[in-house]
Amino acid sequence: MSQKSATRSARPDDRRYTESHEWVKVDGETVLIGITDFAINELCNGNEGDLVYCDLPESGRALDQGETFGEIESVKAVSDLYTPVAGEVVETNTAIEDHLEILSKDPWNQGWLVRIRPNSKELPKMMDAAAYERFLAEKKH
Amino acid sequence: MKNTPLHSRHVRHGARLVEFGGWEMPVQYGPILEEVTRVRTHAGLFDLSHMGRVRVTGKDRVAYLDRLLTNHVAKITAGSIRYALFCRADGMPIDDLLVYPDTDEVFLVVNASNTDVDLAWMREHQKGFDVVIQDQTDELAMIAVQGPKSREITEHVVKGIDLAKLGYYKFAYGTVCGIPNVRVSRTGYTGELGYELYVPTNAASRVWDEVLTAGAMHDIAPIGLGARDTLRLEAGMPLYGHEIDATHDPIQAGLEFGVSFAPEKGDWIGRSALEAIRARPVRRLVGVKTDGPRAPRQGYGVAVSGAVVGAVASGSPSPTLSTNIGTAYVPVHLGEPGTAAEIDIKGKRQAATFCALPFFSRTRK
Repeated sequence: MSQKSATRSARPDDRRYTESHEWVKVDGETVLIGITDFAINELCNGNEGDLVYCDLPESGRALDQGETFGEIESVKAVSDLYTPVAGEVVETNTAIEDHLEILSKDPWNQGWLVRIRPNSKELPKMMDAAAYERFLAEKKH
Repeated sequence: MKNTPLHSRHVRHGARLVEFGGWEMPVQYGPILEEVTRVRTHAGLFDLSHMGRVRVTGKDRVAYLDRLLTNHVAKITAGSIRYALFCRADGMPIDDLLVYPDTDEVFLVVNASNTDVDLAWMREHQKGFDVVIQDQTDELAMIAVQGPKSREITEHVVKGIDLAKLGYYKFAYGTVCGIPNVRVSRTGYTGELGYELYVPTNAASRVWDEVLTAGAMHDIAPIGLGARDTLRLEAGMPLYGHEIDATHDPIQAGLEFGVSFAPEKGDWIGRSALEAIRARPVRRLVGVKTDGPRAPRQGYGVAVSGAVVGAVASGSPSPTLSTNIGTAYVPVHLGEPGTAAEIDIKGKRQAATFCALPFFSRTRK
């Protein structure tokens, strides 16, 4: 990997993480879902101009746990976006579609992708920030 | 994974390195689309040392290669290079390659990912021919300089060849950074004016550095394989695994310029199968342009009048055309340039138009 990826800051500990590099943050009755800096770096290697498109769902769409809700596309690859939480899409971050650079600049706050109203108050088991860091560290070997 | 002799340079330039055909190669040094544009407007430097380089000697070398290759090797004039393929008896490609016949050898440049398969195929069919097959991949580095400024830059490092007189798909030997007898060819995979240098492995870093120094005033920069793929797609050049593979023959891929049915060539492996395909082609490779936000991608469906009739072979955003482009296989009678079509992206349809290939070329000027 390039030197750019060696200097990233720690991931926020106010949310949960998946092995497919989504993050889930509880926000009142809903959850916000985004993708991690690692996922974005895999797509564009720190070159935000290499992100070319993000496809997000319509509000109102019902999603099962693990279902694909959209796609993110870089010059050379297309990746599916998965929801770790079943529920209904109540809002999408349409600003992303025209400003993909938001994802590399601020993946944790402005870079959220969808807001979902979960079907269940009990969220599935996911990694905390420390566990996700360990998961990434093991992935490198 | 193998490293090319220029690996340390890629690390120093901050490249993103990925596995490609068994080699650790730079996919990009910076934003891919900016690398594409730099080659179109200025010049780019490429490490292609992963490409397979095979030397064939022995008195039967031309007859042997005319048996295995689709193009007519005996007819290639001295100093010229031709595109050809290795095909199986069913006409399906094993690989595509460039052929450099010379007075005492024929030099072949094949795809990295197919080098081992090619060598095995060549040795399997060697019986009865007086030939020696020598894998020179590890002895030679391959460096390309491509772009409108490539001649001025390459002239600084190559002595003994008048590059202005070296025609497209011609080669000659010159002195490169003081190293004598270096093969220099006017070839490339970008659709640009450009040159490829075959230098001894131990001189690779020196040549690389000297080209960068000589090209600094022309804004040369190292360019990765990511941009190279978009450049070749804009230039309408095929990539094994996309436009051609074990189920996509060269005739329907539009590569008949690399296939000879001349009677003097005699029988060759795949000839009768490809003659049959030529007599009754069912599909053709077309260019696809789309103004929609999504780039065509290999495997996406292509629809005409609502019905999916074909599939995308390659696709990319094109900074040169400022639109998304691709290639696709469609039925012969539906592939006329100008035809309105749709790309099927997992059920979502996006408007597209068929067009002639290539999308871009400067090579023959």
